[in-house]
Amino acid sequence: MKKLSCREAIREALAEEMLRDDNVVLIGEDLGCYGGCFQVTAGLFETFGPKQIIETPVSEEAIVGVSIGAAMMGMRPVVEIMYGDFSTLAADPLINHAAKMRFLSAGKLSVPLVYRTPMGSGTGAAAQHTQSLESMFTNIPGLKILYPSMPADLKGLMKSAIRDQDPVLFFEHKLYGVEEMIPEEDYLIPIGKADIKQKGNDVSIITYGKTVFTALEAARLLEDDDISAEVVDLRTLRPLDKDAIIASVVKTGRAVVVHEAPLFGGFSGEIVATIAEHPEAFRALKAPVARVCGLDMPTPFNKHLELELPPSHTRIIDAVLTLFRS
Amino acid sequence: MAFELDKDKALSTLSLMLRIRLFEEKIEEMFSYHVMHGTTHLAIGQEAVHAGVSPALDPMDWIVTTHRCHGHTLAKGSSIEEMFAEFLGYSNGLAYGLGGSMHLIDVDRHNAGSSAVVGSGVPIATGMALQLKRSGSKQLAVAFFGDGASSRGAIHESMNIASVMRLPVLFLCEHNMYGMSACARDMVSTDSIAHRGASYGIESRMVDGNDVEAVFESVTHAADYIREHGKPYLLETRTYRFSGHSKNDKKLYRTHEEEQQWLQRDPIALFEQRLIERKQMSVIQMESLRQSIKDEMDTTVEQLMNNPQELTIEEAAGFTYASKEDSAR
Repeated sequence: MKKLSCREAIREALAEEMLRDDNVVLIGEDLGCYGGCFQVTAGLFETFGPKQIIETPVSEEAIVGVSIGAAMMGMRPVVEIMYGDFSTLAADPLINHAAKMRFLSAGKLSVPLVYRTPMGSGTGAAAQHTQSLESMFTNIPGLKILYPSMPADLKGLMKSAIRDQDPVLFFEHKLYGVEEMIPEEDYLIPIGKADIKQKGNDVSIITYGKTVFTALEAARLLEDDDISAEVVDLRTLRPLDKDAIIASVVKTGRAVVVHEAPLFGGFSGEIVATIAEHPEAFRALKAPVARVCGLDMPTPFNKHLELELPPSHTRIIDAVLTLFRS
Repeated sequence: MAFELDKDKALSTLSLMLRIRLFEEKIEEMFSYHVMHGTTHLAIGQEAVHAGVSPALDPMDWIVTTHRCHGHTLAKGSSIEEMFAEFLGYSNGLAYGLGGSMHLIDVDRHNAGSSAVVGSGVPIATGMALQLKRSGSKQLAVAFFGDGASSRGAIHESMNIASVMRLPVLFLCEHNMYGMSACARDMVSTDSIAHRGASYGIESRMVDGNDVEAVFESVTHAADYIREHGKPYLLETRTYRFSGHSKNDKKLYRTHEEEQQWLQRDPIALFEQRLIERKQMSVIQMESLRQSIKDEMDTTVEQLMNNPQELTIEEAAGFTYASKEDSAR
């Protein structure tokens, strides 16, 4: 085992895949000597050079469109978009083109593209650099959507994403420095499989991305109240691991769904529906399902206000305790 | 002296222009009888561009077309049977009936299909050129777009990228004067879209898009330039859409006089006149060619419609993601 940060884990996945297959190519702004906006690709240009690391002008729409065209011809592009907020600019190529190419060619063309971008608040970057826009894309058939949290998952899922035949959106949280022990040997983590980050019996906290850390902290503190919380890290949003959600809720009988994106219309609604539609999970419920999500407002710049936006462990604990009172 | 196609090439070019015209007229007829579902975008009047581009290129060069893609697809050599079947939504169509009129595609003939979001195919063709270059190929990619789409940011971004990365892409503007109804006079900031090439450091030219030999010569020149210099090229072809934007267009946005003026320059009539003057073909031969193509269209459609074949919804859904077998490749 070795200790790697989230940043290093993604970088190692990219480097291993680029070494394995020279059609794996990083495409994006400031990827070269600068190392990308969050330094994820730092040092890679020295090893792989301009054939596998392509720096582009500031042209998000065309960067993604160009990557789609290249992917159709055999490249395995990994596109970096500096901030998830700029996914609005990439929406046409992702939604109308990458997601439709296999269908409109009746299976003759593939777009094996990975779209990497970081999302979420906590950086003091205000309303246009801190959003969580995953639900802009989760309703689009043809896309696969990952949003892992821990270094080991980031590495294993990035490698699977690069080897996948379909377009994969790989959303990253910005806690790039968080470390974890990960295996030395080569490994893959399958797309579409959730992971139980902490086992528990009394309540399921179902989440993904940065709020996995918040949920784990809440679960640790809930032990003081003799509540054993299970933390389900979805890791993949599409295709969703419904079996893992159902199994956990059937076991615990209580569910709190957590994400940083605003509550209204957020992906949590899909998770709640998954539970409500399943006869066994529905019957197992001892209390209504709760949601703890980002506040329904743009991200304020002010540090104290910004901190109030995403779910805190306090808000998660309060929601859990409410389920035990009802 | 103006460029002239040799006799064989001239005859095959006229034959292709007639196939395109008669194919679209057949489509128009089928829509008027309500045989067809959805809508269609005809390009009657633009046959010189269709017949002058792909035939001037290497068959291995790639094209990315637009929603007005019938002529380009025929020019790449697709079968009319598979094309009509696609229009009818049949599973023996080019895209198994999943795309229809706006999404003709024929990967085996290096036609990567169309984006029906105007202008969005241009970055895709640019990306195809990027991978062609990376893999050491001498092929190029053609990005078709219209005067309407020329206002899209994606096209400007793509031209800048193609220029700085030196990509083998032919930006082919099919300027037919109109977006849906909006006239280029009111929508495009410059007299010639080709002039915009200079601002991206891209060589460019404007050519009479109703003169098939002029288009053919310009495309040949552009392709030679792209392959020799490893740089993109912008070619603007000036033509006119005799048809409306799509079915049910009353064409209220333009005058009868304007249409009549352009009809005087019908690209097929112009080319036929030349062939007669050069004694390369007689009027009788032309009539017989036209009739045989028309018969082929009628017979093909009749045979298809006698044997309709459709995918099930499960089969269609199977093309949303790669299958396990695809993934193992």
